[in-house]
Amino acid sequence: MQLPKKDIILFSLLAALILIVFASQGSAYSVRVLAEASCYAILALGLTIQWGYAGLFNAGIMGFVALGGFITMLFSFPTNDDFWSTDLPGQLGGVGLKALLSIAIVYGLTQLKRFGVSKKVRLPLIIIASAILYLWVVTSLGPVAEAIESEAGFIGGFGLPVWVGWLVGGAIAGGIAYFIGHICLGLRSDYLAIATLGIAEIIKAFLKNADWLTRGTLTVSPLPWPVPQAGDIGFIAARAAYLSVTAVMIAVIYFLLYRAYNAPWGRTMRAIRDNENSSAAMGKDVNRRRLEVFILGSVLMGIGGAALVTFNGIFDPSGFLPLNHTFLVWVMVILGGAGNNKGTIFGAVFIYIIWTMSEPAALFLIDMARQLGTAWFEWQPPGDLDSRALQARVFVIGLTISLVLRYAPKGLFPEKVAHHA
Amino acid sequence: MNEFIFFFNSVVINGAVIGSIYAMGAIGVTLVFGILRFAHFAHADMMTLGAFLVLILTALFPAVGPAIGLPTAFVMMPVAMVATAFIAVGIDKLFYKKLRENNVKPVVMVMASVGVTLMLQGLIRFFAGTGTQSLYIDDRKAIFRIDLPFESASRNLVVTEPQLLLFLFLAFAVIALHLFLNKSRLGKAMRAMSDNPDLAKVSGINTNTVVGVTWIIAGALACAAGTLLSLDVTLKPDLSFMILLPIFAAAIVGGVGSPYGALAGGFVVGLTETLAVFNWTFVLRPLERAIPALDLPNTLAFVPTEYKITIPFFILLAILIWRPTGLFKGKII
Repeated sequence: MQLPKKDIILFSLLAALILIVFASQGSAYSVRVLAEASCYAILALGLTIQWGYAGLFNAGIMGFVALGGFITMLFSFPTNDDFWSTDLPGQLGGVGLKALLSIAIVYGLTQLKRFGVSKKVRLPLIIIASAILYLWVVTSLGPVAEAIESEAGFIGGFGLPVWVGWLVGGAIAGGIAYFIGHICLGLRSDYLAIATLGIAEIIKAFLKNADWLTRGTLTVSPLPWPVPQAGDIGFIAARAAYLSVTAVMIAVIYFLLYRAYNAPWGRTMRAIRDNENSSAAMGKDVNRRRLEVFILGSVLMGIGGAALVTFNGIFDPSGFLPLNHTFLVWVMVILGGAGNNKGTIFGAVFIYIIWTMSEPAALFLIDMARQLGTAWFEWQPPGDLDSRALQARVFVIGLTISLVLRYAPKGLFPEKVAHHA
Repeated sequence: MNEFIFFFNSVVINGAVIGSIYAMGAIGVTLVFGILRFAHFAHADMMTLGAFLVLILTALFPAVGPAIGLPTAFVMMPVAMVATAFIAVGIDKLFYKKLRENNVKPVVMVMASVGVTLMLQGLIRFFAGTGTQSLYIDDRKAIFRIDLPFESASRNLVVTEPQLLLFLFLAFAVIALHLFLNKSRLGKAMRAMSDNPDLAKVSGINTNTVVGVTWIIAGALACAAGTLLSLDVTLKPDLSFMILLPIFAAAIVGGVGSPYGALAGGFVVGLTETLAVFNWTFVLRPLERAIPALDLPNTLAFVPTEYKITIPFFILLAILIWRPTGLFKGKII
């Protein structure tokens, strides 16, 4: 067997890069970068099965990340006695009952066809009823939400262990993915991209504005960790413990994906990706397989997002940005090699380190430009030059995507296709 | 009567304004979608880019507008439209052409357009900052208050100058596009390529020219849409994804590949959006006076303004569920 020379070289380069970071930035910072990179690796694995295994374009990773983070905040944050000791939970439950009742009524109306009510009557009836019931629920939620905000701040968490939040976060992300995928996967792939882009913005808008649930822009912190925190055992040890948790998760996910990839399921997936018509002709249920892989990837994104938000220790809905949480992951996957899990993990760690290092680098470059400009050309630099320099990193991300697609469409670690001679 | 005027001002006029903007963006998107077969994600940033070109031109020659009697930015718009059209062709040459020649899947083209949109965003934010800007540098926005000849009407109909210019420009653009697509040789070639690219190729249509013309139209319209939107409100550099969704929704509602559908889709999305965030309490007040038992809340809107982005999304989902070909029988490619 031939030694995978290229793999060894690339991974040694990565190790050297990590060593440089350790040497120049100190252990505490470097372990933090690695822990965050490991969370991104989970996100990237979620994307690599969607894009690499099935060719599905998910432009809304940010939404799944935010959702995972929110659910883990809701489940693991300590309970808020200001809320639970009043009669507000009862009122909120009342609104919930109203919502359930409304859903039941609308569902009942859709079932009127069993009694022979024609579609011409049914459709307007359903639309009018939904509009009225919707307004009823929303107007009764308004005062309750306001009361919660003024009396208790927000409803707080449930005080459950962190891993429950992570699992439920993944499950809910999967539920949203089912909803979107069910509608869009039968149509052409661009529609999925547009719909995921939309759902991500909607999730963000909801989390940002539903103050009674998430405290909105006031942010929630500190989030509990699944391992002892820095206050108890010090920064390096706590972050290293967290890193080991995420590393174990990556190892488990990697192993399961490896098995799935080589299983009949994975072969079907790749067959569908490579030639949809012939796999459909072979009797494969194309849309169902795609829906499965889309949900699976989104579950991983939910879990990865939950891990990322937990590590940061703060839930800040306005901190979720398409650039940091969607397109950065995209660069990781297509640079590392879509469909190749090893390459994806490589890409995640490599790109994340470059990304964090690019911030001081951009500031340094812009500072040099400013000094040269003022010294030589008597240039008056605008005051917000630093924030502009950071914004300009968007350009580099975009350029990387374009260049990789153009010159190395398979990434650094191309997917290995097994040939059975 | 006053309630009706209020409704007209805040729903019909505003809805038509935002609908026209969406329509202009969606016509470009739908042409690219129909001829190049991919969803062009960079369209929104092309709009912002065009508006910024106008801003630069306006800052350079602030005295042109007052001399003619129109806002300077509007006078400068045709120049910027030409520039944006060339930039769009350049972007195609640099980033999309090779991919197209390699026959990649449409979804890879979408990916490439995301790359382009990020690059444009980076450039715009680097050179122009992230704050909002006004396109009115030396002149002021003219507002027309039209008195209605009814006794019970004490409110005025309110239309601003950029809104009138927007409607006039949209009408002009649509008629020009209609004549171009139906009368000229090139326009017919475009429609042929949208219907069946292979057949168009074998019948001797120069597909490269058609692609170029598509980008010129899409770029020019994007620039106009961005400028007219910025004239009506302000120029926001970080609009991109927020306006991309309604534009895509409009294009799909109208039926992909059909410019008239995109026009209608733009108005559908724009009017629905304003109707959904409209506060009905004001209009229903007289009803409350008539029936004292009715206790209206202060705000009675279907969707709070913060959640405006959900409207195009649900329109999109509804159309994908019930009529994926769009209202005007576009195609699912």
